[in-house]
Amino acid sequence: MPSTVALAVARYRPEQESEPTFQSYEVPYRKDWVILDALNHVKDQLDGSLSFRWSCRMGVCGSCGMKVNGTPKLTCATFLSDYLPGPIRVEPLDYFPVVRDLVVDLTDFVRKLKQVKPWIIRKEDKPLAEGEYLQTPDQLDTYKQFSMCINCALCYSACPIYALEPSFIGPAAIALAQRYNMDSRDEGAAARLKILSEHDGIWQCTFVGECTKVCPKHVDPAGAIQQYKLTAATHWVKSLLLPWGAR
Amino acid sequence: MSAEPHYTLYHPRWYRHRVSVWWWLKKGSYALFVLRELTSVFVAFVAVVYLWQLRAIGQGPEAYGQFLARMKTPPFLLLNAITFLLVLFHAITWLNLTPAAMVVRLRGKRVPDWAILAGNYAAWLVLSAAVAFVLLRG
Repeated sequence: MPSTVALAVARYRPEQESEPTFQSYEVPYRKDWVILDALNHVKDQLDGSLSFRWSCRMGVCGSCGMKVNGTPKLTCATFLSDYLPGPIRVEPLDYFPVVRDLVVDLTDFVRKLKQVKPWIIRKEDKPLAEGEYLQTPDQLDTYKQFSMCINCALCYSACPIYALEPSFIGPAAIALAQRYNMDSRDEGAAARLKILSEHDGIWQCTFVGECTKVCPKHVDPAGAIQQYKLTAATHWVKSLLLPWGAR
Repeated sequence: MSAEPHYTLYHPRWYRHRVSVWWWLKKGSYALFVLRELTSVFVAFVAVVYLWQLRAIGQGPEAYGQFLARMKTPPFLLLNAITFLLVLFHAITWLNLTPAAMVVRLRGKRVPDWAILAGNYAAWLVLSAAVAFVLLRG
């Protein structure tokens, strides 16, 4: 077992350089260390100027997404031991503008999440006095998978469609829309249909399937998109055959 | 979205990565995806050959004989062999993707992926056998 492992970390310091470069750091190798531990070691002991985002260290906050040896990963859940002997290449997520070093700007992603109206929409809210909206375990089960998303944006970084068509609303946003569409308490499917089935919505997706492969929470955004394609197509056929009925 | 134009603030210091034309060669799974998309050209070719065959049948035995003779020339044999392999690849990859799109629920529980795949492959086998039976009977 090696005593140290080399990290090749992408650096981008806009005041010094016009494009990213790599910098090598030799960090102690420990079996229980994840990439994020190694980056924190660099930050604390070797080079305080390295910038990266992190928070919870346990795969819940979704802040520490980076590319490790070319694949989008949550660095808090990616062990050094899986990348021996190194060097391990750590880069910022693809297809988002790089602000500095490993920090990307996620404004576009957050804006898209908001566009799909990710909240429970009711035609008429029932009065508080009548209590909560009830749901059976089976009803919960239909959308629970899609509710596990932690907004880490790894799926966008894996999606070549988002790379080629930045206006594509993207995997996580569509999975989030499905999370609400399939919720038995929600009545907002029609309001989301317009956003999801227009040009920048589901039809941009060509089912590369990489979003599902990189998802650390097994949300299966590719599945959500294909299932919604079926829903939208059925809706379209219905609206064609029954001009009044399906609206 | 196209209806509401979105403007980002000017950030001259952000680094924006350019996507290479060769992005699909960077990863094996991307290359397989592009290959899967390209196989649709060969699926279209099969359809065109079928139309051609129907036209030849409509024109009588002589025209059909000519069609068959043309199909036996080396370029067509080669092209059809390649087409067969790629259409097979197309069919298999397509079937393998179906569980993601098809959610079947029985008594409130989602039918597992392997069962949907097994159903699809079984249907494929039965249909192929039926076609083979019709063709080979006489």
